[in-house]
Amino acid sequence: MAVCIAVVAKENYPLYIRSVSSDSELKFHYTVHTSLDVVEEKVSAVGKVLVDQRELYLGLLYPTEDYKVYGYVTNSKVKFVIVVDSANTSLRDNEIRSMFRKLHNSFTDVMCNPFYNPGDPIQSKAFDSMVSSMMVQTF
Amino acid sequence: MADEALFQFLHNELIQYVYKSSEQCEMENARCITKLENVGFRVGQGLIERFTKDTARFKDELDIMKFICKDFWTSVFKKQIDNLRTNHQGIYVLQDNKFRLLSQLSAGKQYLEHAPKYLAFTCGLVRGGLSHLGVKSIVTAEVSLMPACKFQVMIQKM
Repeated sequence: MAVCIAVVAKENYPLYIRSVSSDSELKFHYTVHTSLDVVEEKVSAVGKVLVDQRELYLGLLYPTEDYKVYGYVTNSKVKFVIVVDSANTSLRDNEIRSMFRKLHNSFTDVMCNPFYNPGDPIQSKAFDSMVSSMMVQTF
Repeated sequence: MADEALFQFLHNELIQYVYKSSEQCEMENARCITKLENVGFRVGQGLIERFTKDTARFKDELDIMKFICKDFWTSVFKKQIDNLRTNHQGIYVLQDNKFRLLSQLSAGKQYLEHAPKYLAFTCGLVRGGLSHLGVKSIVTAEVSLMPACKFQVMIQKM
C-alpha cells in the first residue's frame, strides 16, 4: 500500500501526484522531486551496471528514515514514483512491481484516450480510482 | 484478415472526408496533408505507448528505428519493412515494397499523383511514435512505382 504515487512527464514536471494525507502533501512533493535525480542517475549509468539497462523497473531509489521510494521509467521517458511507509515491511519486491505494472497499464489507457493531450495533467477518473485502490486506506 | 480491411476502408474515407470538407471552406490542398499527418501523429503517440509497454529499454536511435521497422510495422500493417538504410548521421530510409495502404490503389504508375494523400497518415504515425520515444524527426514519403514506397526519416538534433 503506497503512501504517495506520482507520474512525472519526460520533461520532469508532474502529470499526476496524489498523497494519502493532505498535511504531509508538501513533504511528499519534495521527496518525489528529489527522487527524480536518482532516477536520472540510474537511467544514464554509463559503463556501470547499477541496474539492468534493459529493464523498466528501477527498484528502490533511496530509503529515508520514514519512507522508501521506488522508481520505474517507461520507454517514453515517463517516470512513475511510489513512496511507501518504511514500517510496512510486508511489501515485497514482486508486489511493488505489480503496482508499477498496473500504473503503466492505466497510463497507457489514458494515453490512448482521444480527449487526453499528451503533456496535460491526468484527470481521468479511471486512473484516479486505480490509484486509490493502491493507496493506504485512511478512515 | 477482417480487421485489416476495416482500417483500410476507414483510412480511405478519412482522406475523402478531409478533402471534401476542405473544398467547402476553400482550404488549400497542402493543409489537408498536414491535417492527415497530425491525425497520424496523435495516433502514433498512443500506439507506441501501448506497444513499448512490455519491451526492454532501447539502447540507441538505431535500436528505436529497428523496433519501428519490425515490431511496430508488423503490428500495424502485418508485415515488416523490407529495407532499412541509414547514413549513420541521422537519416534513415525505410522501404516497403508492398505498402498495405497503397496495394488496393494500383500496381504501377496509375494514380501516382494521388499517392501522397495516402501516405500522409503513415508519415504522421512514424513521426508521432518517434517523438513519444524522445526522438524529434521529420518524416516524408515518396512513391515512384506503386505499391512500393520509401519513408525518409530525418532526425532533428536539438
